[in-house]
Amino acid sequence: MENKIRFTLNFKTVEISASPLKRLLDVLREDFSLTGTKEGCGEGECGACSIIVDGELVNSCLYPVGRVEGKEVLTIEGFRSTPEFEVLRESFEEAGAVQCGFCTPGMIMAAEFLLRKYPHPTEEQIRKGISGNLCRCTGYDMIVKAIKLASERGDGLW
Amino acid sequence: MVKVYRPSNLKEALEIISSEKCTLFAGGTDLMVKGKSWSGLEPSFDRPVVFISDLDELRKIKINEFFLTIGGACTFTRIIDNSQIPDFIKEAFIMIASPGIRNMATIGGNICNSSPAGDCLPLLYAMDASVVLESIYGRREVNIEDFILGPGKNVIGWNEILTEVRIPTKNFKIRAYRKVGTRKSTALSKVSFAGLAEIEGEELKDIRFAFGAVGPTVVRSRRIEKKIVEMVSEKKLEVGEIKKMYGSIIKPIDDQRSTANYRREVCLRFVENFLMSCKWR
Repeated sequence: MENKIRFTLNFKTVEISASPLKRLLDVLREDFSLTGTKEGCGEGECGACSIIVDGELVNSCLYPVGRVEGKEVLTIEGFRSTPEFEVLRESFEEAGAVQCGFCTPGMIMAAEFLLRKYPHPTEEQIRKGISGNLCRCTGYDMIVKAIKLASERGDGLW
Repeated sequence: MVKVYRPSNLKEALEIISSEKCTLFAGGTDLMVKGKSWSGLEPSFDRPVVFISDLDELRKIKINEFFLTIGGACTFTRIIDNSQIPDFIKEAFIMIASPGIRNMATIGGNICNSSPAGDCLPLLYAMDASVVLESIYGRREVNIEDFILGPGKNVIGWNEILTEVRIPTKNFKIRAYRKVGTRKSTALSKVSFAGLAEIEGEELKDIRFAFGAVGPTVVRSRRIEKKIVEMVSEKKLEVGEIKKMYGSIIKPIDDQRSTANYRREVCLRFVENFLMSCKWR
């Protein structure tokens, strides 16, 4: 396999030379300086590295960059330019869903994936939607509330 | 650094693995953890890697009156979102890991990883599922219980790909799937259990129990299942005796996730609970 890998990163076509087995997480942080995507556990347990690839939420620590050829990658930095992000940002702020902030980028991406699937999620759907994202500060209730708030406020957006 | 292949179709993939020993990479959710290195360093693999998760031939789901056929590289999410698959089959997949992992992890990967705690396995054992293995020389079908030999061990050849999982579409009126983990998501099983029973009127036609994470492979006993059917038809079901029989074949171990005693006790209570809830009584 060629080591040149082309994909869409936050709405722009990019090409890099990298070992195809390098973790997408490291490529984002080191090669593209997109440090919004965090590394917590590095083994798919904590969700801090959550991003969206071709419309699917994935843990970028388990995703080798070679698999991303021809695909569309959305990270928190790209998502920031969307109206959906604005609604989520406001709701997270208002509900007090951000404390230390380390889980927040992953949490926002998980929320976005959830709202695309269920624009008006029940509390149970929200809890399941963020079940792969650990937060050690909030106790989750504020995050659940924030996503609920976003779904009401962003009515029609998702 | 090992070589990495990204074949564009199944034939190409089979040709690659027929000429050298490779590691097949589907969802990668186990492989990337096994090969994990320091942060920032790439994970280590000792053989060339072949990405197979995007092969269309492995991503199909078909259902007819006899079989549900799931492509080896179907992710758990793809299975859960499919409208034709019965809910009780989906249930095992819904309880695995988390949304992000379910978007990557594949049924073929879960089976080939052959972990005693593989969460889709008890249901596949109970349903008498089989797997289709393909190489450039042809294809063969192997029953799931003959496929898995022990923890991480199975009969797949290095030139073969698990292309399909075939599940007989038999209907069962009573179904139960239970998973016991430390928390509800992203937890490896302490115990997993699948129970199925087919009842016509007062008559028990068929009953099946499979237990995961309590032995080197999933535990299922056709002998005890037959005994239960006999006892019920003679209206002499002794739940205590059935529990004793299962107690003698369920031999879990103590490990970081749970203890042998706890695991055995939970399994036996699942059996008791299932039998007590059946309507023939």
